[in-house]
Amino acid sequence: MKHTVVALVEDKPGVLNRVASLFRRRGFNIDSLAVGTTHEAGVSRMTIVVEGNENIADQLEKQLFKLIDVIKVENFTNQNAIMRELALIKVKASTNNRREILDILEVFRAQPIDLSTASLVIQIVAHRDTIDALIENLSRFGILEMVRTGRIAMRRGYTTTTDEVLDENDDYSSNFHSQLGRLSNGNFPFVSD
Amino acid sequence: MIGADIVLESLKKAKIDTLFGYPGGVVLPLYDRFPFHKEIKHILVRHEQAAGHAADAYARVSGKIGVALATSGPGATNLVTAVQNAMMDSIPTLFITGNVARNLIGKDGFQEADATGIFMPTVKHNYLVTHASDLAPTFAEAIHIATTGRPGPVHIDIPKDVFLEEAEFNWPKEINLRGYKIDKNLNTDAISEASNLINQSEKPIIFAGHGIIISNTHKLLQKLAEKADIPVITTLLGIGSMPTSHELHYGWMGMHGSYYANHAASSADTIIALGMRMDDRALGRFADLNPNAKIVHIDIDPAEHDKNLKATVPVVGNLSDILPAITNEIDETNHAEWINWINDLKKNHSDSMSIPDTSELSVQFVVNQIAKENKKNKLVVVTGVGQHQMWAAQHMDISEPRQLVTSGGLGTMGFEVPAALGAQVADPKSTVWSICGDGGFQMTFQELATIVDEKLPIKFAIMNNGFLGMVRQWQELFYQQNLVDVNMSQPDFLKIAEAYGIQGIEVTKKDQVIEAIQKANSINGPVLIDFRVETDGNVWPMVPAGAALNETVESAKEL
Repeated sequence: MKHTVVALVEDKPGVLNRVASLFRRRGFNIDSLAVGTTHEAGVSRMTIVVEGNENIADQLEKQLFKLIDVIKVENFTNQNAIMRELALIKVKASTNNRREILDILEVFRAQPIDLSTASLVIQIVAHRDTIDALIENLSRFGILEMVRTGRIAMRRGYTTTTDEVLDENDDYSSNFHSQLGRLSNGNFPFVSD
Repeated sequence: MIGADIVLESLKKAKIDTLFGYPGGVVLPLYDRFPFHKEIKHILVRHEQAAGHAADAYARVSGKIGVALATSGPGATNLVTAVQNAMMDSIPTLFITGNVARNLIGKDGFQEADATGIFMPTVKHNYLVTHASDLAPTFAEAIHIATTGRPGPVHIDIPKDVFLEEAEFNWPKEINLRGYKIDKNLNTDAISEASNLINQSEKPIIFAGHGIIISNTHKLLQKLAEKADIPVITTLLGIGSMPTSHELHYGWMGMHGSYYANHAASSADTIIALGMRMDDRALGRFADLNPNAKIVHIDIDPAEHDKNLKATVPVVGNLSDILPAITNEIDETNHAEWINWINDLKKNHSDSMSIPDTSELSVQFVVNQIAKENKKNKLVVVTGVGQHQMWAAQHMDISEPRQLVTSGGLGTMGFEVPAALGAQVADPKSTVWSICGDGGFQMTFQELATIVDEKLPIKFAIMNNGFLGMVRQWQELFYQQNLVDVNMSQPDFLKIAEAYGIQGIEVTKKDQVIEAIQKANSINGPVLIDFRVETDGNVWPMVPAGAALNETVESAKEL
């Protein structure tokens, strides 16, 4: 299954390298990785989607948190959270079939944002499955180019991922152990030679 | 002051007085300032890898942070093996490298290597310092990270012109890292759960790992074991956490651990794993280690829980807090029946790990005699990697923490020579015996020069059988005796000793062994003994790769 993990990290040189290197080293399979700034100076936010069983998600969280520059890790997989990604899709569109495409966009709440005599650029902000469905519907017109951002995620409601971290006296990081010193079922690696 | 002075002042502030290093272009501004900081002793090695291993062994023996210093490019890359070695065995170390000047970084300048990038996956944390004003806070942070929590190597890369830049010495009053805080709170629920499991168990066993030695909790371990009458087996790096004479000590487990330790591990109903990372060499095939046992896994690093083996109760924290808490909660009891069962096993299955009763000169006999002849000395045993390492671990009666210095996780051949250097520097009063393989010795023996320079009375015992013994053992047992590239011609080790101006002794017969050891001990200086040991000994017992601990075999016939 796919796991969505959010990491708040120090905005320091090399932090992306550390995270990427950790994934490669431990054999975690990254589906997507989105990095951006937060409203707090010095803190960046990564949203990482990985494929794997519970065991892998558990190790991923703990290994990520071992990185000194990682301030907080939160697994969004089983949380009530908003998950979105953005895609820009350029499709072949002539005056003959443009209306048909625009009808499709309406269904998916996607927007046309650029136009030429032979093409249309579409923007969609949605859950990954919705974007996949849109792409499927557009494919018969001929997709010329596409770019997707990877998933970003946020808790629903008033609480945030960042508030505890940005509180000076918070001891999230020292509590991490007792909260996340736990486990899961699954296969364990083989013995090396 | 300039950056170079800030670096040295930082080390002094952290009470670091010993550096192992090797100079080169970009660290010259730092070396230039050494004469003005006499409190810091720089030990000039002959290869950067040796500086790293020496710093590593220095830390293992002293319990303090070990520091190695190298120049940019090849100096830095030569350190990598030592850094990874320290990482695998959780050794508090600081690696300092110079780099090219800031305006040349990324321009492929002379002796430029991306040391920060190269070291990144091999360290607990690393830094590239781009302003002299950042140096003091960086050193404070680095030393804090290296020595707290689960210790490990930290690397600081410093461009040449940062050494020369002027800045204030701004040592921080406290260190506050948002992403790195040490848990001071005990998880009392987990401790109660663990204590309950221990109380309910009829066949409990303790696995004592390196964490016991790192956290100096060997006495607490003994208290816990004694209160509930729990037999203790150790990992390779846990050797020394309990005296071999202790009645609850049942040797060490793993690929070449004892038959009875391995079977006790597989037969227990409750495993109490202390400060270990559940390594495959120690546990064999994970799935069949002991599927029915409840596992209490206590480690300071939560990522070790459930990594290889699922714990019934994971407890995160420092053993020095957790062991007393658990000892307090568990019942005083005895497990006579269970212990008798292990004792029977021990009685019937100790031959495979005994010293061969032959007229031939065996490694087992030699290392055992070295231990016996040093009973009255404060002996520190340093080993390389391979057969001799296993035999030293089996037959040298290591009973004190920090008495055995060996490369566990990485298995670095050549560790034995520079590690002996670091061990002797860390504890000048101890008697350091370096048990060397003839292969490993040739990887790093250039350090004899350093040892002579520093007048270190280290005794090198080369187990010279003309083979890469452990590789040969595997080719014999698992590759149908197809011996490929394991038979090595050896140089005249006595002439090497002579070339470095140290005493060399040749031993070819069993009856020369004790005399040679005594002679070596009597010489106040380094000695090299070339033990011409028999060539075809194999290490037993053995858990074949991929087998479970209860599939331990005691001879080739069983394979």
